[in-house]
Amino acid sequence: MSAPEQCRIIFRHIDEPGYSNDLACYVRHGGYEILKKSVAMKPEAIVDEVKKSGLRGRGGAGFGCGLKWSLLDRKSGKPVYLIVNADESEPGTFKDRYIIHQDPHQLLEGIMITCFANNVKLAYIYIRGEFPHGARILEKAIAEARAANFVGPNILGTAYGCEIYIHRGAGAYICGEETGLIESLEGKRPNPRIKPPYFPAVLGLYQCPTIVNNVETLCHVKHIADMGGEAFSKIGTPGNTGTRILCVSGHVQHPGYYEFEVGKITMGQLLNDVCGGPLPGRKFKAVIPGGSSAKILKFGERFKGKRKVGAEMVDYDWGVEDVPMDFDSLGMIGTMGGSGGVIVMDDSVNMVEALANINAFYAHESCGQCTPCREGSLWMKKITSRMVHGTARTEDAALLKSVADQIPGRTICAFGEACSWPTQSFLAKFGDEFKQYPETKKAAKPAGALELV
Amino acid sequence: MPSNPSPVMNQVSLTINGQSVVAAAGTSLLNAAKAAGIDLPHLCYDPRVEAIGSCRLCGVKVEGMRGIVSGCAQTVAAGMKVITEDAELARQRKHTLELLLSDHCSTCMGCDKSGACRLQDYAYRYGADQNRFGVVLAKPPARNFTTLNKGILFAADKCIRCGLCVKYCETVQMAEALTFSKRGSQMVVTTPLDENLHETSCEACGGCIRVCPVGAMLDKAAVGKGRESDLTRVKTICPYCGVGCQMDLLVDKQRNRIVRATSSPDAPINGGNLCVKGHFGFDYVNSPERLTHPLIRTADGFRQATWEEAIGFVGRRLREIRDQHGPDALAFVSSARCPNEENYLVQKLARTAGATNNVDNCATSCHAPTVAGLAAAFGSGAMTNSVGEIKDCAVMFLIGANPTEAHPIIGLEMKRALRRGAKLIVCDPRKTWLAQRAHIHIQHRPGSDNMLLNAILRCILDEGLADQEFIANRCEGFKEFERNLQGIAVEAAAEYCGVEAELIRAAARLYALGKPSAIYYTLGITEHSCGTDNVKNVANLAMLTGQIGKWASGVNPLRGQNNVQGACDMGAMANKLPGYQDWSDPVVRAKFEKAWGVSLPQNKGSKVPLFITAAGRGELKALYIVGEDLVATEPNQTKVIEDLSKLELLVCQEIFMSETAKLAHVIFPSACWAEKDGTFSASERRMQLIRKAVEPPGEAKADWEILCLVSTAMGYPMQYQNPSQIFDEMVSLAPIFGGMSHQRIGDRGLQWPCPTPEHPGTPFLHNGKFTRGKGKFHAITFHPQKEEPCAEYPLILSTGRTLYNYNCGNMTRKAAVINQRDPGNFVEIHPDTAARYGIRRDEKIVVRTRRGKVTGRAVVGDRVRPDIIWMPFHFAEEPTNNITNDVFDPVTATAEYKCCAAQLEKL
Ligand SMILES: Cc1cc2nc3c(=O)[nH]c(=O)nc-3n(C[C@H](O)[C@H](O)[C@H](O)COP(=O)(O)O)c2cc1C
Ligand code: SF4
Ligand code: SF4
Ligand code: SF4
Ligand code: SF4
Ligand code: FES
Repeated sequence: MSAPEQCRIIFRHIDEPGYSNDLACYVRHGGYEILKKSVAMKPEAIVDEVKKSGLRGRGGAGFGCGLKWSLLDRKSGKPVYLIVNADESEPGTFKDRYIIHQDPHQLLEGIMITCFANNVKLAYIYIRGEFPHGARILEKAIAEARAANFVGPNILGTAYGCEIYIHRGAGAYICGEETGLIESLEGKRPNPRIKPPYFPAVLGLYQCPTIVNNVETLCHVKHIADMGGEAFSKIGTPGNTGTRILCVSGHVQHPGYYEFEVGKITMGQLLNDVCGGPLPGRKFKAVIPGGSSAKILKFGERFKGKRKVGAEMVDYDWGVEDVPMDFDSLGMIGTMGGSGGVIVMDDSVNMVEALANINAFYAHESCGQCTPCREGSLWMKKITSRMVHGTARTEDAALLKSVADQIPGRTICAFGEACSWPTQSFLAKFGDEFKQYPETKKAAKPAGALELV
Repeated sequence: MPSNPSPVMNQVSLTINGQSVVAAAGTSLLNAAKAAGIDLPHLCYDPRVEAIGSCRLCGVKVEGMRGIVSGCAQTVAAGMKVITEDAELARQRKHTLELLLSDHCSTCMGCDKSGACRLQDYAYRYGADQNRFGVVLAKPPARNFTTLNKGILFAADKCIRCGLCVKYCETVQMAEALTFSKRGSQMVVTTPLDENLHETSCEACGGCIRVCPVGAMLDKAAVGKGRESDLTRVKTICPYCGVGCQMDLLVDKQRNRIVRATSSPDAPINGGNLCVKGHFGFDYVNSPERLTHPLIRTADGFRQATWEEAIGFVGRRLREIRDQHGPDALAFVSSARCPNEENYLVQKLARTAGATNNVDNCATSCHAPTVAGLAAAFGSGAMTNSVGEIKDCAVMFLIGANPTEAHPIIGLEMKRALRRGAKLIVCDPRKTWLAQRAHIHIQHRPGSDNMLLNAILRCILDEGLADQEFIANRCEGFKEFERNLQGIAVEAAAEYCGVEAELIRAAARLYALGKPSAIYYTLGITEHSCGTDNVKNVANLAMLTGQIGKWASGVNPLRGQNNVQGACDMGAMANKLPGYQDWSDPVVRAKFEKAWGVSLPQNKGSKVPLFITAAGRGELKALYIVGEDLVATEPNQTKVIEDLSKLELLVCQEIFMSETAKLAHVIFPSACWAEKDGTFSASERRMQLIRKAVEPPGEAKADWEILCLVSTAMGYPMQYQNPSQIFDEMVSLAPIFGGMSHQRIGDRGLQWPCPTPEHPGTPFLHNGKFTRGKGKFHAITFHPQKEEPCAEYPLILSTGRTLYNYNCGNMTRKAAVINQRDPGNFVEIHPDTAARYGIRRDEKIVVRTRRGKVTGRAVVGDRVRPDIIWMPFHFAEEPTNNITNDVFDPVTATAEYKCCAAQLEKL
């Protein structure tokens, strides 16, 4: 079966010749019409449409967007804030930046509809510090939208008003974690907050109820408001509605970003048909399907079990190539759709070196609060790096596993999972390499190299 | 006595390890377990700080909840089933501890924390292998932000980065001096930009040391001086301000030294918090300047004498003077620094052996207007609420109070109230820490307090915010009070005070409508020639709005000295016998005469400032002073010295050669607070035990022992086994303390009134009924200060205390930490004023008043108004009280320290 066509909703205008990121171009293409339609609706009706749509968050966890909104503490009497998570820093993920660079008004329209639906008067776009150009584009877009009365007080002649501010991060992966982001936005170190009690929906920004959504998620809101929740839910597959952007990087012929209906394309179709297959003379070895923290998949392994299709339970027996690219299927086989970053590795890759690289990233990015994460990520890095440098001990593979196993579920934020899943899955699937490779390295160790400490 | 209900919490029941447990809603699983005797391991939790959740040791399993739940952050819910220990949790904890130890220099043998270190305890409990990840070698100590600090030592290689110190500093002390820098395993505790700690906003509260679970934040001076197990813990009460913080002294009994001080989170008033003075201010105990032998004056100084000789001499001379010149020739000054038992003995000595009512204490120079004013309005002169109620205030009304410096732990509770959403009104000429964060700051000019209060009262009446029902049922004197306010116009008053009328109105509304509101004040309104009137007007405000006699609602004078409350409680003043009993009441007199076996004196007695002037006129012949430095603390110093020099006999019981002691004929060396037992009365009327920690130096004796010897030598034998016996005698004569004893007071203290042995004590006063029956309104006419600014002296000088030093400084200034922060006299000047005089920051300048001049360093900033300058009075070499005004409140003889006219000069 050959791959389905791309379904470009969010990325409709990305890379379109002649499409520019200014307001005039956006309006020429029907921009802000849906906002106009929305402000004539009842806010609750929009929330209902989003609930009906089945939209799941595109930032990583895939949490139901309508459900998230319904958890807001609306009785507190405090203002409600919206924070747009544009920190996009999960390795292997590069989708939000294209929206921001090429179609910023799409995001702003989504934001304004979301704000109107949730009675938010103030929204912040928290943009990754390394995206200064993106921040400038957004600043300009907001100014244009404000001048045209799409943003600001009394928008479109209504009594409703909302401001959007840009806040630039200062360069830490953990600022993408929603409560770390909130701390950072408040001007503090981005130490994620402990839950309970600090659920953003109740005690978020400035201790007020707060929605945190990803850039792509909010763009979807615009299209849901346009076509209605019902229609949106027909795109994609049940429980995995709409489209999503897959960012493919690594050892394929045509890396890039592609937008498909969720679950309508398999990993094999994506890598072989869409991305042109492996590089000449190489074979696929492994793939990480949802950003660097998702668990790795090994070509050749098989996944068996039962899954629900419609009302029935059916057996499945999949190779990596057969897995549909949706939240639930990827979850079923022990990994996740995450942020949509698909990282492909072929047989030229040494798994120990690859893991050492990932571990160095996480050890550097842990905020440092929780013992298992701070010390654990450090030791995972130290152990894999001594494996690479030929100074490992015989028991190091076992030690590495025990460190990784003690992190998930025991930390303040999900970074704990994020940093341990690579190690856990690399060891589980490529365990042999972790035994053989250090030995080879040790044999080749130059005389006088440092002993381990 | 009606009971004092505090707000009740919902209770929920749950099971922990199969045991059923009941806990208040909102309690964390960790605390619920603790109450049930189950010790859940925790490194990053401390009751003083909101849960951090970083160490990950406290994880538990809860039926129906996913994964491991943090015990410190998760709160109880009805029906929860919790497991705190099983093989899996133990394995996890062992692993977590090994990770901590993998980055921790575990040299327990040389560590000051060893034996009291939770990391060490848990490592043992869970069998953690400190070398599982390899040996961590000690790093050569690198320079850090504490290298130059006198009090605090940060040992980076011991830090487990639990975050407690940072969180304490940021959210409890709110000093924001500590932070983490870098991330992941590089994360390290430091100050902003790695500045030296003593050059940051650090307030040297020592909180970071007290909360550190390991040996990473240490008392620098105590390093190497003994581990917990080498030292004896002595629970006692801080000797400085009137808040009454309980502290633990760690004492090396063999060397007879206090090694360090700390406080436990279950301390009744302070909950384990201390300020810089409490934590670091005990160096004076060991000072080589302590007096060690009785001294008798010679032609050119003093000579050492035996106790026998000195006591004999003093006893004989006092007797002679009493017999020759009558009771008004003798006076006794008791000490607000000394315990209740000793205050009781001073007044007993005066009234028995001395046969005079000439007895007073330093309350006259500070809070006598409180005692007089509140007694007239309510029937008793003390804080009507407790410190623990502050956090529940909806509105706090501060006037003339700077608690974050002068009563730091009450300040800390106010910070907590602010964090919980309380609204704050501050009436203060200075932009104090709290004023800067207040919702309404009324920066009125010094001396205009009553004008301001009258305007607020006027607004409340105008806007119909008075609590008519409360006034009708609980008060009297309203008609006259109301009539008196008829002449007040808010706009005119506002203009006189130098503030906007709208601000006054807003404050009136906020206070009147607060649910509940409480008033806090201190010397800012009492140290005036109209101090008593000010206090009465504050009482009017509370009664007018019914904001008194409730939980977290009342009138709260924050007392100055550690036991000034007690000195008054004990009747160390002319017109009251112990327990605020009137000296002229025949029934009361009969009771005391029977107990003491004397007939009580008939003279009215007088007050400290009048003793001094009487000495100057030659009417007072002998003055007996226990632990007060009148020369340093009374206004117009030159005159005080002149007057006291005329005495025939000046006797001082002192721990140091104070400015006053230098004039004495005989000096008795006293044991200080750490060297004796007794009780202090905290501001919130809580009597608490102080306990002997070390032996006094040389031949110094406890003041009560000296008093007994003197009394006996005067022919009135006094003998007690110990202070507890004195206390029992006192209690038997004073009904409001009737149910108290040292044993009952124990570690928790007891708040008077406590009339019977079953009575639980009284957290707030005037519930349902005022002590005097009906609350009394007073019609207050505004009187301006005695010295208005003029062409020659165009500025108003106001004085006060800093956070670091205490009163005349003879205790605090011996502490290295304190000297590092607050080394000498200074003058706060507004930038505009400074510009007008051409004064630059840090320049040494002269302040002159009609009485003389002093010098100080110029601190230029907008803490003060342009028409005001402000100075502390802690520095004997630059004595501010040389130039303050010796005019007095007519009722209580309290001096007008808070404002006089002054001029600035370049040096
Ligand atoms: C360590 C960590 C990093 C994260 N980084 C990002 C990020 O860069 N961008 C993002 O949108 N969400 C990120 N998330 C997820 C957010 O916490 C949050 O779930 C998301 O913004 C919610 O938006 P959504 O519901 O629209 O997906 C991260 C989460 C973790 C634990
Ligand atoms: S899990 Fe890691 S990143 Fe998250 S709060 Fe803990 S230490 Fe920080
Ligand atoms: S801090 Fe505790 S565990 Fe560490 S060396 Fe000191 S006593 Fe040992
Ligand atoms: S002493 Fe107090 S103010 Fe100073 S750093 Fe420690 S906690 Fe902060
Ligand atoms: S110094 Fe102590 S309290 Fe502060 S983070 Fe380190 S271990 Fe914790
Ligand atoms: S005590 Fe709960 S995580 Fe440290």
